[in-house]
Parts: sequence; structure tokens; C-alpha cells
Amino acid sequence: MNIILAHLPVLQVAIPLIAAPICVLFTFGGHRKLAWCFTLVISWVSFLIAGALLSHVLLEADISYAIGNWPPPFGIEYRVDPINAFVLLIISGISAIALPFARLSVEKEIENDRHILFYTSYLLCLTGLLGVTITGDAFNIFVFLEISSLSTYVLIATGVRQDRRALTAAYNYLILGTIGATFFVIGIGLLYMVTGTLNIADLAERLKPLSDNRAVHAGFAFIVIGMALKLALFPMHVWLPNAYTYAPSLVTVFLAATSTKVSVYVLLRFLFTVFGPTYDFVDLTFEFVFLPLALLAMFAGSITAIFQTNVKRLFAYSSVAQLGYMMLGVSLSNIPGLMATILHIFNHALMKGALFMALGCVAYRLGTVSLSSMKGLGRSMPWTMGALILGGLSLIGVPGTVGFISKWHLILGTLEAGYWPIAILIVGSSLLAVIYIWKIVEVAYLENDVDQNQVSKEVPISMLAPLWVLVILNFYFGIDADLTTWVARNVAETFLGGGA
Amino acid sequence: MVDALISHYNYWLIIILMMLGLYIVVSRGNLVKKIVGLNIFQTSVFILYISLGKVSGGTAPILTGKPETFSNPLPHVLILTAIVVGIATTALGLALVVRIRESYGTIEEDDILIAERSQEVSEPNGGTV
Amino acid sequence: MSSQSVLLLSILIPLLGGVGISLLRHAPNLREACTLISSVLLAFIVYSLLPRIFSGEELSFTFREILPGLALEFDVEPLGMLFACIASGLWIINSLYSIGYMRGNNEDNQTRFYIYFTIAISSSMGIAFAGNMFTLFIFYEILTLSTYPLVAHKQNSDAKSGARIYLGLLLGTSVGFQLVAIIWTFLVTGTLDFTPAGILKGKIDPTLLPILLALYMFGIGKAALMPFHRWLPSAMVAPTPVSALLHAVAVVKAGVFTVLKVVIYIFGIEFLSETGASTWLVWVASFTLLVASIVAITKDNLKARLAYSTISQLSYIVLGAALASGLGILGGGLHIATHAIGKITLFMCAGAIYVATHKTEISDMAGLGRKMPFTFAAFTIGSLSIIGLPPFAGTWSKWYLALAAADTQMWLVIGVYMLSSLLNVWYLLSIVAKGFFAPPSEATDCSQRKIQEAPILCVLPPCLTAIGCVALFFFADHIVELLRPIVN
Repeated sequence: MNIILAHLPVLQVAIPLIAAPICVLFTFGGHRKLAWCFTLVISWVSFLIAGALLSHVLLEADISYAIGNWPPPFGIEYRVDPINAFVLLIISGISAIALPFARLSVEKEIENDRHILFYTSYLLCLTGLLGVTITGDAFNIFVFLEISSLSTYVLIATGVRQDRRALTAAYNYLILGTIGATFFVIGIGLLYMVTGTLNIADLAERLKPLSDNRAVHAGFAFIVIGMALKLALFPMHVWLPNAYTYAPSLVTVFLAATSTKVSVYVLLRFLFTVFGPTYDFVDLTFEFVFLPLALLAMFAGSITAIFQTNVKRLFAYSSVAQLGYMMLGVSLSNIPGLMATILHIFNHALMKGALFMALGCVAYRLGTVSLSSMKGLGRSMPWTMGALILGGLSLIGVPGTVGFISKWHLILGTLEAGYWPIAILIVGSSLLAVIYIWKIVEVAYLENDVDQNQVSKEVPISMLAPLWVLVILNFYFGIDADLTTWVARNVAETFLGGGA
Repeated sequence: MVDALISHYNYWLIIILMMLGLYIVVSRGNLVKKIVGLNIFQTSVFILYISLGKVSGGTAPILTGKPETFSNPLPHVLILTAIVVGIATTALGLALVVRIRESYGTIEEDDILIAERSQEVSEPNGGTV
Repeated sequence: MSSQSVLLLSILIPLLGGVGISLLRHAPNLREACTLISSVLLAFIVYSLLPRIFSGEELSFTFREILPGLALEFDVEPLGMLFACIASGLWIINSLYSIGYMRGNNEDNQTRFYIYFTIAISSSMGIAFAGNMFTLFIFYEILTLSTYPLVAHKQNSDAKSGARIYLGLLLGTSVGFQLVAIIWTFLVTGTLDFTPAGILKGKIDPTLLPILLALYMFGIGKAALMPFHRWLPSAMVAPTPVSALLHAVAVVKAGVFTVLKVVIYIFGIEFLSETGASTWLVWVASFTLLVASIVAITKDNLKARLAYSTISQLSYIVLGAALASGLGILGGGLHIATHAIGKITLFMCAGAIYVATHKTEISDMAGLGRKMPFTFAAFTIGSLSIIGLPPFAGTWSKWYLALAAADTQMWLVIGVYMLSSLLNVWYLLSIVAKGFFAPPSEATDCSQRKIQEAPILCVLPPCLTAIGCVALFFFADHIVELLRPIVN
């Protein structure tokens, strides 16, 4: 047992990684259900490992694990600290909750003979995301990032049975994502050139006397742009709406809740652990790059969402706006602001997970998620639409939900930094969210002329249960935010206090 | 000035390749050509890493028993990984292009956009999932 | 019973009632009984607190801390007690009336209606017993959201657009202004607890005080201060029991209640009168008072006229708060009670008229009083109470408000009161006069013969509240007694 505990960090990644080729073996015999079941078990195991890592890190100390026993900085190090462990929990948690939902959803949306490969790609994606989060080596981040991205492109493309635009969406994401990852690699290369190390902790040390070095500035710029592309910061978000809309429901649920968050995490890691706000050029980036782009994202995302007729696309644009909130928190560079970003990583995963899962349920029954087809759905699918509306309330930031907790800290952060007008803007963009959520409410609940031919009844319990788990978590962590705020404060203080 | 040009010729090469690659991705409408551009872009990055591994007066990093200056082997290792990633990306990209060709009948971006626009128009209410 | 259980019960009983209603959806009589039982139980619990409050007992209970420095806290103080008594008492009357109205009109979706009613009442209790601004804000928002389905009940395009304005204005003002004010207060003072002399003294630059007050006052959209008053006439698309709920039982009362709470417990009456930060509010409220009365005169739709009358009457209370004097607070609090009981009478009569005759325009109601004597009698009594004539309840609240104006030497305000009372007479008594004394016009004559009094459940409640208007005249001193500790 102790051996297992000692090697938990590497097991977090190794288990899904090895599970992926094993999953392919299920092709012999065509055991689709078994493939799903296997993926479910692996997700749950990952979730338990992540939970164990988080509790260890919160209660005892950070974990440093040397792969193959090669000591860092020569070998690759897996380093687990509170922010890491938190994001690991989110990724594996969302996966664990989404997979029970997956059985019927994937059944409906993807050809039978592709299921096993689908679940294999899913496991690879999980591996990649977990790997990016847990590793302490910069190049290793790139490798796992590409593992997750490549499997993401495949997962998105499997939506081709519903709509052929999934293919072009995946292709465009491939091009843009690869450019982003390559920029990231250029940045790492420049940093390596100057410091001679790839280990994150070591880079932080060695960069300290080098703050005037041009190569360092260039490296920083490349890394920021590369990750900004991956996390869909406005205006580099163009791949996101199509990718989320045309992907199968499960993929959208998983991606919306995790992939961009992982990129936010990587950016945070580089901004605060490797570099740090004491560097002039980092500070300038916050003020002149992140802040205006975040504000633009908030408004452009919300306003575009209002005019969408496809509800999945609506929520995709809403995600762009939410990422704007996260970047706004980063750009404030004070404790409440950074807490808001970290809280929102968690809270947004819960919110969008619930919303896209509800849409997945709608798609399961209706085959479409256009707004006009949802007329009167509040009556025929009360549980699904109820969950959708409650998730929407969380998105708006009604007190009592997780959305409120993030917004509160964000506004507190902006006021502490003295940016009065921005606080008003945050409030304003929340009101924009009210508009597009209420569009859905009106169509679902207040339509009198419902198409009587539309046959829809509630989805099976195996889809409703994970959905309502997420909804309840939205409210639970909105009322009892102790754990999440503690972790967020811990991390923010490390990043802003000791990290610099 | 000319000195800087000549002594840093590897970086100039890298920059030229990088810009070439990016330009191709952006300007060419043919999906396969975009992937080619992407490859050129990635190649420039490989050259960046490898060229920075060279130590002046260093020889190939193979232990021979004699005390010598070796070039840095780490970038080579990193680039092997990156090349593999590049191959996987290219393979995936081309596979997608094949499927796009099957589905749309063309691999020109402009024609695909036209096809998608007309698909949007025919389903004005947001369409399928 | 411990304060914790009483406070929790007052919020939970309506919600449990809602669950019961949902379960009994297929047995209408049992479902209605569930509503009535919950309302009676709630009133019982709430009124049982009265003797304890009168004896000066402190009842408070902290549920949990949600954000650092911000807890969900409940606290019973005289003003909250008053609001809770009004809301719970009038819920019983409104429930009786709703049953009559919804059945008389054969409305759809009755179960949904009753369920959202319970949520609205529950959140009103939360507002009444809130111990800090944070808790109040949470329940304030829940009230807005839970009344939306009630306003949009009919689901036709009028209902949808009316509900959109309702939601848009209320959420817009509460998130855009009130939330900003709350966060500002929290940043400056570190707390949001309701404290007797206010929490802002010494913490904020006096020149910024009027701005903060403005953010609060305009942010409390439910108090219908112009220019954010439009939601109230828009909400008239709802069935009349909902209008009664909005205007008398819960929503606007929650608004002016919040105004009073903010003025007393966040700013502090003394601090406000020292700094004169609320003088601008006196003029804004006076403007709303007069302009709304004038608009009311122009309205032919009965419910619209009553809506603008409410906007005007609410400004009386805001004015009382703005005068920053103890008498103003007493008058304002008293007016919450007297206006509630008067307005609910008027609305229930309007609904009764609709159920019996399907008439909504006042010009069609010529001679109707003779056919519906009880309804119009109740309407008359309600009108006289609103106007402020003895022996009806409204007299006392207007008396105290006038005293407050004299006390603070705002003589112009007394003029405003008098002018407004005259306008009240005009727009309210003209309805009464038309009903009783005007001959029926030819066009409506044929249908007149078949008109008779509305169903008993539509007529009895307004008659009860009309009697209440008279009773309150004699019992007003108890309310003043209840509120006096606040201003001392």
C-alpha cells in the first residue's frame, strides 16, 4: 500500500495512459459497453488519486516526485502543490461525473463501431490533461499538452455523424492549437537557451538575475501568446465556438469544463511561479495586455451569445466571456483577484459542466439544440430544463451559487486595485448573461403554441443523476465555499507573496 | 552589421522558416498546403533547439572515454519528441483532410466555407447538435 | 421556542407548503387547503413573536458564514416584525382571494401559481428577518426571481414583454446599483450588519455619502422611485392576486422596507440628518409622488391607475425616510401597514370586477356600483384609507409623515402632501362616483342586466380588509409602540 501511495503522482498519469491501449483491445469482440465501463472505472480511480493528492498537499506538504528516480533539475519532476492538486481534482472529478452520462449520450451520437476508439481517445485526453497539470518540467508540459490536444481534435471530429462541420471545426482547432503549442515551445526554447534548465522551480531561480535579458522577454511573450491561444483568450478564441458546438455532447461537457482551465493553469504557473509580478515586463503585460483583452472577452463573448440561435454555441460564447473573467482576475495581480481566477477555474467547471450536460440531455431526446426547437420543453423535460435554468442562475451569479462567489471576489479585487469603472463593467456583463439565460427561460417555459407533434419525455435517470449532482454541487459550493476559498487564498498568497 | 548577420545565420534561417511556415498557413486556402506550412513552421522550431545545443568546439555527444567538449545532447532529445508530436499532428491533420474531402468534395477552404454558409442558411434555427 | 427554530420555520413553512401543493396537484381542493393551512401556520408562528418583541427580547440566529465577513444572519427587530406580520397576515387573505379568482376565471397552471406564491412569501420572510444587508440582498433577489413566473403567468406575448420589463428593471437596478453599493459599504466598513446607529459614521467621506445613498435608493428598484418605476405598471399583466401580492403583500413592501432598513441601520438617522445627505432624496421622492399621482389621473385602465397610485404612495415612505427624522420613520413604517391593507382592498375589488364583468377600463364601469354594492363599498373604504381621511387607517400614517416634515422644517413637503392628497381624491373617488352615481351608458346597458356580485371568495376578502382599514385606525398606536424603540 505504501508503495502505491509513494508513487501516486506518477500513477495519476500512468493509469489512464496505460488504460488507453488496453481499451483498444476491447475491439476484439466488440465490447462497447465494457469499454465504457472500463473508462468509467479508470476515471473514478483517477479521481480518487487526485483526491488523495489534494488532501496530502493541503494537510501536509507539497509533493516532489522524481520520475525514474532521476533527481531534478536533471530529471523530470512531478510537483504537486495546492493549485496543481486542485486542478487535478477538477479534471478527474468532471470526468468521473460525466462518464455515467456518457453511456447513453455516446450511444446516440457516435457510430457503434467507433465507440471503442472514442473511449480510447478520451482516456488519452484525460492522460494529457492530468499530465500537463501535474508535471514540473516545462517541456513535459508541451508533450502532455499535445497529447491532450491531439486526442481532443479526434474527439471533436467524432461529432461528424451529427454535423459534418465537426470535421472543419476539428481541423481549424488543429491548426490554431498546433501554432499555439509551437509558440509555447519556442518560448521554452528561448528560456532554456538563457538558463540551461527546463525544470519549473529551477527556471524560477535562474531567471531572477536575468530580468533585462531580451531573450527572456521574447520567451515570455511567446509562452503567453501560445497559452492564450490554447485558453481561447479573445481575440484568439475563434476555434472555440465551432469546436464546442459540433463536438459530441460528452466531449463538449468534458472540454468546456477542463481543457481551457488547464491552459489557464499553465499560464498561471508561468506567470507566477516561473516569472512573477515583480518583473516589470510581467506587470506591464497584466496592465496592458490581459486587462483590456479580458474586458473585451467579457463583453464580446456575452453580447455575441445573446444573438445565437443554437444554444450550444450560445454557451460556447459564454465560455469565452467567462475566460475573460478569469484573465481579469489574473491581471489585477492582487489577492482577491487571483482568488477569483482560481475559484472560477473550479466554479466554471461546475457551471459549464452542468449546462452542457443539460444540453446533452436535450440533444439526446430532440437530436438538436436549436433554441426554437426547445419550445415548451420546460413542461416535457422538467428535470433537464430545471437543471439548465439553475445552471444559468449560477452563470449569472445569483447569490447562493458558485457564480456569485467568483464574481464577489472579482469585484472585491477590482475595487481593491482601485479600478472602479471595471467593477461596474463586471456587473454590467453579468446583466448581459441574464439576457441570454432568460431567452432560454422564455422559450422553454412561456411558449403557448407548442408543437404537439414533438415527442419528448424526460431523459433516463443515468443521464439525470450526474446532471443533478453537478447542479447540487453548484449550490453546495455556493453556500459552503470554505474549502474552495481556502485553497484559492492559499494559492494566491503563495503566488503573490512568496512566488515573486 | 554583416558580422551579426553571418555569425547568427542559424537564427536568421529559423526566423525565415518560421515566417514562411506561418505565412503559408494563413495565406493558402488548400487544407493540405496549410498542413505543409505548419510543418515548415514546426521545422524552424526544431532547428532553433538543435542549433542552440551546439557548443563551439564541441563534438558529437557520444562518450568515448577521452576527455572532450561535447555538444549538448538534451535539445536533440527534446526535438526527437517534438518531431514525433509533429508527425502525429500531421498524420491527424491529413486524416481530417481525407474525411473533409469525403464529406465536402473539396479541400479548398473557400469552397468549404461556401458549403457551410449554405448549410447554415438552410437551417436558420441553429440546426443540429 | 428558540429563536433559531422560529426564524427557520418562518422561512421553511411556506416552502413546505409549496412541496405539499406540488404533491397535491391533482386534487384542487386539497391543494387549496394546503395553501391555506401553510398561511395560517405561518401567521401563527410570526404573530407568536409579537409579545416577545414587545417585551424587548432579542432574537437572532446566524446560519453560516458564506464569505469571510459575510454570514447568512437572521435578526428580529421591530420593523422586520411589522413587515413579517403584514406579509403573513395578508397572505391568508390573498390566498382566499386567489382561490376565488383563479377558479372564477378558470385560469391555467394554478399549481405553478400557488407554488411560486409560497416561494415569494418565504423570501419575503427572509427579507423581513434579515440580520445584515447580505442576507437581505440574497432574499431580495430570490423574491424577484420567484415572482417572475407569477407575472408571466398568462404566457401570452403581453405577459412575456411585461415580465421582461419587470425582470430587467428589477435585476438591472439590484445588480447594477444595489450590489455595487453593498460592496462599497463592505469595503469601507468591513461589515454589512444592521446596527442601530448605522455602520457608516466616520468610515466614509461625507461628500460621497449622497452618491452611496443614491446607489442604494435607485438600486432598491422595488421601491419604484422614478425613473425606475416602469416595472410596476408592466407587471399589471399578471392576474389580480399577483398584483395584490406585488403591491400590498410582498414586493413593493419589501422595497420600501429595505429603504427604511438601509436608512436606519446602514446609514443611521442621526448621521443622515447631520450630513444632510438625503436632502436630494426628499425632492426625488416628492417628484415621484406628484408625477405618479398626475399620471394616475390619466389612466383609464383600473389596474394601471392603481399601479401609479402605488408608486406615489411608496414615495411617501421613501420621503419619510429621506427626512431623516424619527417621526418620518414612524410614519413610513406605519404607512407600510396602512397602505398594504388599503391597496390590497382596492386590487381585490378590481379583480372582483374583472371576474364578474370582464371589465378593465374605468369608463366602462359606470353604474357598476349599484350591481356590485359590496365590492364598491369595500373599494370606497380602501380609497378613503389611501386618501387619509378618518376614521380610516391611512389618516395616522399621513399624520406622522406631515409631523415629520414640520419637525424638519420642510414646509414645502407638507404642501406636496396636501396636493397629492387632493390628487388621490380625484383619481380614486372618481371611480367610486362613477360606480355609484353615474348612469350606465347605452353600450354597456344590455350586459349590465346580467351582472351580479362576484363570487363570494372574491368579495369576502376585500370586505375583510376594508373592515381592517377601519380597525387599524383604532389600533395604529400599537404599531407606533412597536416601532418606537427604533427611533429612540
